[in-house]
Amino acid sequence: MPKRFSPSVKLTENEVTDESVYRQRRTLLKSMGFLGASTLLSSKASAFGWFDDDDEKKIQREALDFSPAGKYSTAAKKTPYDKVSGYNNFYEFGTGKDDPAEYAHNMETDPWSLKIDGMVEKPFTLDHASLTSKFPLQERIYRLRCVEAWSMVIPWVGFELGALIRQARPLSSARYVAFQTLYAPEQMRGQNSRFIGGGVDYPYVEGLRLDEAMHPLTLMAVGLYGKTLPPQNGAPIRLVVPWKYGFKSIKSIVRITLTDKEPPTTWNKLAPNEYGFYANVNPNVDHPRWSQASERRIAGGGLLSRNRIDTELFNGYEEVASLYKDMDLKKYY
Amino acid sequence: MAFRLFKKPARLTKAQLLTGKSMVHILVLGALVWQFVMGFTDNLGADPVQALLNFTGLHAIHILLLTLCLSPLAQLTPCGDFIRYRRMLGVYTFIYALAHFATYILFELQLDWPLIGSELIERPYISVGFVALLLLLAMAVTSFDRLRKKMGRRWQSLHNTVYLAILLALLHYSWSQKTVLADPLLYWFAAFVILLPRMKRWYQSLQRKSDGKKKHKTTATRTT
Repeated sequence: MPKRFSPSVKLTENEVTDESVYRQRRTLLKSMGFLGASTLLSSKASAFGWFDDDDEKKIQREALDFSPAGKYSTAAKKTPYDKVSGYNNFYEFGTGKDDPAEYAHNMETDPWSLKIDGMVEKPFTLDHASLTSKFPLQERIYRLRCVEAWSMVIPWVGFELGALIRQARPLSSARYVAFQTLYAPEQMRGQNSRFIGGGVDYPYVEGLRLDEAMHPLTLMAVGLYGKTLPPQNGAPIRLVVPWKYGFKSIKSIVRITLTDKEPPTTWNKLAPNEYGFYANVNPNVDHPRWSQASERRIAGGGLLSRNRIDTELFNGYEEVASLYKDMDLKKYY
Repeated sequence: MAFRLFKKPARLTKAQLLTGKSMVHILVLGALVWQFVMGFTDNLGADPVQALLNFTGLHAIHILLLTLCLSPLAQLTPCGDFIRYRRMLGVYTFIYALAHFATYILFELQLDWPLIGSELIERPYISVGFVALLLLLAMAVTSFDRLRKKMGRRWQSLHNTVYLAILLALLHYSWSQKTVLADPLLYWFAAFVILLPRMKRWYQSLQRKSDGKKKHKTTATRTT
């Protein structure tokens, strides 16, 4: 009989490095040495590509069950997944476009609790599992127009906000819907430091008129490209209002409250002359500092791809025009 | 040993100077070319245009701040040769700023001339940046020795607008952000520190001027 192998170093179960520590090994190494040198160089512009962080931040994205894209979807060329998930405004993680992809994995999205309350007959709370199971999911391929004059085409997976609100039975006095993002400074570095978070008052809040919220285009997204949302795109659940500028589509929502007053909204509080409550995409109303008449569509291809296109009223979603029939859109921007 | 080094003027040999300059060329020009190559091949993240605008703009400011460090360094340290790097870094500031502008015109606005015109005129933060670029242009084209001699004192007054250029550049940067509390604040602070040694001089010369005026006035009243 061959001799049994016995290791010279005997390790027991409790000497095994804990998985969570093992997963952080690179972060630990970094915080020990390279922090000083790299923080100066790596900020926004990621100065030279050579210093870029090559760590693969493993995000667990689960496949979702959903019905295919229907009549509300566009056939335009989709923005590739790595661009959708690598270029984000989520100031809770820093003001740079690549900050969210770099830091959002620290956000804990499971367990989660989304509360629907305010002027409703039946307030209720959704936990993490019911976010993707309570309502049937559909794919919606929407154009997303950022107020900064760039745009993407994104295949979201989600359900209509209207279905969620109906479930709570709104009172007849309810006129508006207020939304609130997670407030967790220990997980969101921008909430911890006013400088990193751009001086924004957190938690991030947004709002819609009730008829806007009930419109079938208004989506609660729980996934993109067929799988659950990566944290930088607003996991585990976010709003998508495709005819409004991107900042209206609030991320990582913990609370939805029906009210009878126009709720405060984060960007409007920060710069009321630049960002209104409505924030409908409108090529005829410029941002005070730049034109909104056209946009650059981010879809791939290097510098030479001619991607500047005309911006359309309501981002091309004409079906919402009736919501603003008698309104002066220059005044209610 | 180190002590003596600080007492004696440290002169760079011709070879050292040349090596230093070649290094700057390779690094600064190389980085710019490399970044554009990465941009053309779509290797600059989701939006290569934004990445290039950030790269060229930020580094133009970095190089300009570095340029402004050289004359105080030459005066405060025993190595006066720092000053011999000033012109090349100044010209590189202009080259980076020009690359920034070219990226904006060619890749951001994509040669939409009516849009370019209206943005340059109607958007204050763009106008401010453009004025800074024009100042850098004027300094870059008059950077040759022959022109410098020809222009005499006017050369120095023209090149003193570099202080205006850094202020306009920082204003342009701050104004381009969506929030006030952001990275540009650090740059304002850095610029303040770098300009600090000069401020004393400016203050003194300002006082001398106003003193001179007062004296002139009093003598004038006496004669009448």
